[in-house]
Amino acid sequence: MIEVEAPRIAQKALAGQFIILRVDEAGERIPLTIAWTDRERGAVAVIFQVVGGTTMALNEKRAGDFLADFVGPLGNPTEVGNVKRAVVVGGGVGCAVALPVARRLRESGAKVTSVIGFRSREFVILEEEFRACSDEAIVTTDDGSYGIQGNVCVPLRRLAEEEQIDAVYTSGPLVMMKFVAEATKPFNIRTIASMNPIMIDGTGMCGCCRVTVGGEMKFACVDGPDFDAHLIDFDEAISRNRSYLAFEAGEREKHCNLFKKEGK
Amino acid sequence: MYNKRETKYPMPVQDPLVRNQNFKEVALGYDGETAKLEAQRCLNCKNRPCMGGCPVSVRIPEFILKIAEGDFDEAYRIISESSSLPAVCGRVCPQERQCEGACIRGIKGEPVAIGGLERFAADYHFAHANSVGRPLSNGHSVAVVGSGPAGLSCAGELAGMGYEVTVFEALHVAGGVLSYGIPEFRLPKEIVRREVENLKDLGVKIETDSVIGRLYSVEELKTELGFEAVFLGTGAGLPRFMGIKGENAKGVFSANEYLTRANLMMAYEEDSRTPIFRGRRTAVVGGGNVAMDAARTAKRLGAERVFIVYRRGMEELPARKEEVRHAVEEGIELKLLTNPVEVLTDAEKNAVGLKCVEMELGSPDADGRRRPVVKEGSEFTMDVDCIIMALGTSPNPLLRQTSEGLATSKNGGILTDENGMTSLDGVFAGGDAVTGSATVILAMGAGKKAARAIDRYISRSFS
Repeated sequence: MIEVEAPRIAQKALAGQFIILRVDEAGERIPLTIAWTDRERGAVAVIFQVVGGTTMALNEKRAGDFLADFVGPLGNPTEVGNVKRAVVVGGGVGCAVALPVARRLRESGAKVTSVIGFRSREFVILEEEFRACSDEAIVTTDDGSYGIQGNVCVPLRRLAEEEQIDAVYTSGPLVMMKFVAEATKPFNIRTIASMNPIMIDGTGMCGCCRVTVGGEMKFACVDGPDFDAHLIDFDEAISRNRSYLAFEAGEREKHCNLFKKEGK
Repeated sequence: MYNKRETKYPMPVQDPLVRNQNFKEVALGYDGETAKLEAQRCLNCKNRPCMGGCPVSVRIPEFILKIAEGDFDEAYRIISESSSLPAVCGRVCPQERQCEGACIRGIKGEPVAIGGLERFAADYHFAHANSVGRPLSNGHSVAVVGSGPAGLSCAGELAGMGYEVTVFEALHVAGGVLSYGIPEFRLPKEIVRREVENLKDLGVKIETDSVIGRLYSVEELKTELGFEAVFLGTGAGLPRFMGIKGENAKGVFSANEYLTRANLMMAYEEDSRTPIFRGRRTAVVGGGNVAMDAARTAKRLGAERVFIVYRRGMEELPARKEEVRHAVEEGIELKLLTNPVEVLTDAEKNAVGLKCVEMELGSPDADGRRRPVVKEGSEFTMDVDCIIMALGTSPNPLLRQTSEGLATSKNGGILTDENGMTSLDGVFAGGDAVTGSATVILAMGAGKKAARAIDRYISRSFS
C-alpha cells in the first residue's frame, strides 16, 4: 500500500475509480484502484501486488519519494443506486477496490455484509477497515488458517439462501469473480464485477482493456470498470490478462539480478 | 534562375534493409544547396493551384521563392504565418493529394517537392533561430483540452494574440497522435518536443496527466478554474475493431495499442520496461498511414514477415504514397483485395492464423469508391501469430459521456456551428473530435480557425 499526495485527484475520486501511474521516466503505465482518499490531506491510497518490474520498483519507494506520473481519477464511479441490502465480495488485493464500495453503500443507507477472501492468514488485509464500514464482515482463507475455510462463495451462498439481497459487488481475481457470478446467478441477484484488465492510457484509446459483456465489446476504462458479472466473458478476460506473463517473469528476474549486483 | 529538371531532387533516405532494423528517421531531408535547386523548379505561376490544395493555405510559391533565393529564415516566417507545425506537416501531410497534387509541374514530370521544402525550412529554422519573445498578456485565459495537432495549433494561435493558455493532456507526454501514434522513424519525437517547447516559450502552460472529463468536467474548467473559453481537441482515439470471431485472442491488438507501446512507451528501446508482443509473422489489417506505421514497426521489432491485409486494391490504399513505397521497400508484403473473416486460435486462445476471403471490386458506392465484394469460395488461411487492427478510429467518448448538454452526432463527433462553437456556450471544438479521423493538417487548420473564433467570443463577452 502506498499513499500519494495528489490533492486534485483526492478532491474528485469516487468509489470504484482507479488511477494510472508510472514509477519513473522509463516505466510502463499501470492501472491501480483507489483504496481510499483523504481530501483534507490531499492523499490518495493505492494497494498493489508485486507481479512485474513496475510493481517491484514501486515497492521500493519510501516515504517522501516521487512518482513520475499519477493520473486520475479514471473509470466510472460505482453506482450504488437505491440498494438496501448489499454484499461486497473482495479477494486478495481486490479488497482495495471493494472497501470504498462498501463505505459508499453504507453511507447511502444500505445494510452491508462484506466477505473478504485470502489465500491464508498472512495475506489478510484491511480487515479492520471492512469491519468499521460493514454491518457484518466475514473473512475466509483457502487453507482455513483464519476465518472460514474455503472461498468467498461459501458464506456468499449461505447469505443468499438466508435473505433477500439487492446487489452483490465483487472485485478481486478474475477466477474468483467468475465463481461469485456463478454463485449468485441461481438466486438472480444483480452482481457487479469491477474489472482490472491490462490497460495503457485509461481514456479509451488503446483498446487493450476490451472485455466482452453480453456478446458486445466494451472498454473497461471508459465503459467500466464495473460490468454486469452475469454477462462478462470471464474465460476470455482470464486469457487476455495472461498476455504478458512471460515478459513479467523476465522482468522480475532482471530486476532481481540488478538487485543482487547492487547488494555486492 | 528557373530549373527545368522534370523530376524532384531525391531526398536522401536510409537504405531500406538497414532502416527496417532501426527506429531512426527514414527520410533525411535536403541540404541547403539541394533545397535551393529544388525550389528553383517552381514556376511561381500566377494561379497558385498548390495554395488551393493546402487546407491551411500556406503561401507556397512565396516561401519557395525565398528558399530559391537562399533566405531560409524568411521562408520559415512565411510558412509559420499559416501553419503552426511546419516541421510536422512537411513530414506527414499527404502532399500528393494536396499541394503537390495540384502543382503545374506535375502535369509533365513530377511536382515540386513542396513537402520536402517545407520540412527543410522548418528544420533550418530550428537549427539556427533564437526563440521568439513572449507576447504581452491580454489578461484573458483559455483552456485547451488535448495536445494533439488541433490543440497545439489552437494554443499557439491564442498565445500569439496574448491569451494565457493552459493545455490539458491526458497522457504523460504532450503531442497527442504525434507522440503516441506516428513512429519515430517517420516523425522523430525530438521534433514534436521542439514544437511543444516553442509553445512554452510563447507562455503556453502544458498540464500533462490531466484527463478532462474525469479530473475536471468541461463545465468545471470554466466555473472552478475560471477559464473564459475552452477548446476541445480530444481527437478520434477510440479504436475500431472488425467484430469477427477470435478478435479478442492474445496476439490481436488495435494499432493504437501496438503503436502506443512502441512509440510513447518506447518498447523498442533495450531498457524499456514496457512489454510488447514480438510476432513471428504479423498481419496488419487496414490500408491507411496507421496500418503502414504498424507494419513497419512490426518489421523493426523483428517479425520475419509482415503483411498488409486490405480489402480494396492498390489504387484505393488511403495511405500516403511515400509511406506505401517505403513500406514495400522495407519488405512489407501487400495482401490486397483480401478481407479477414476470423482469427484462428489455439487452446490457450493465442492467435495462430487469420482466415481471409478474396475480394473483387464491384460498383461504386455512395462515396464513389468501388465497393469490395467477396469472391465465392476464395477462403484461405494466413499463417500469422500477431494481428494488428488498423481500421480507423472514432471520436473519444469520454467528454460526450461526462459533459451534460454537449451535442454530438450519431457517430460520436462533437457538433459545432460555423465558428467551431459547440452546443455549450464558450466551448469550442475542432479536429478529429469533430470530423472523425482525418489528417494532421486538417486538425491544425480547425484549431487555428477556432482560436480566431475564441478571440472574437472573448472580445465580445468579456471586454
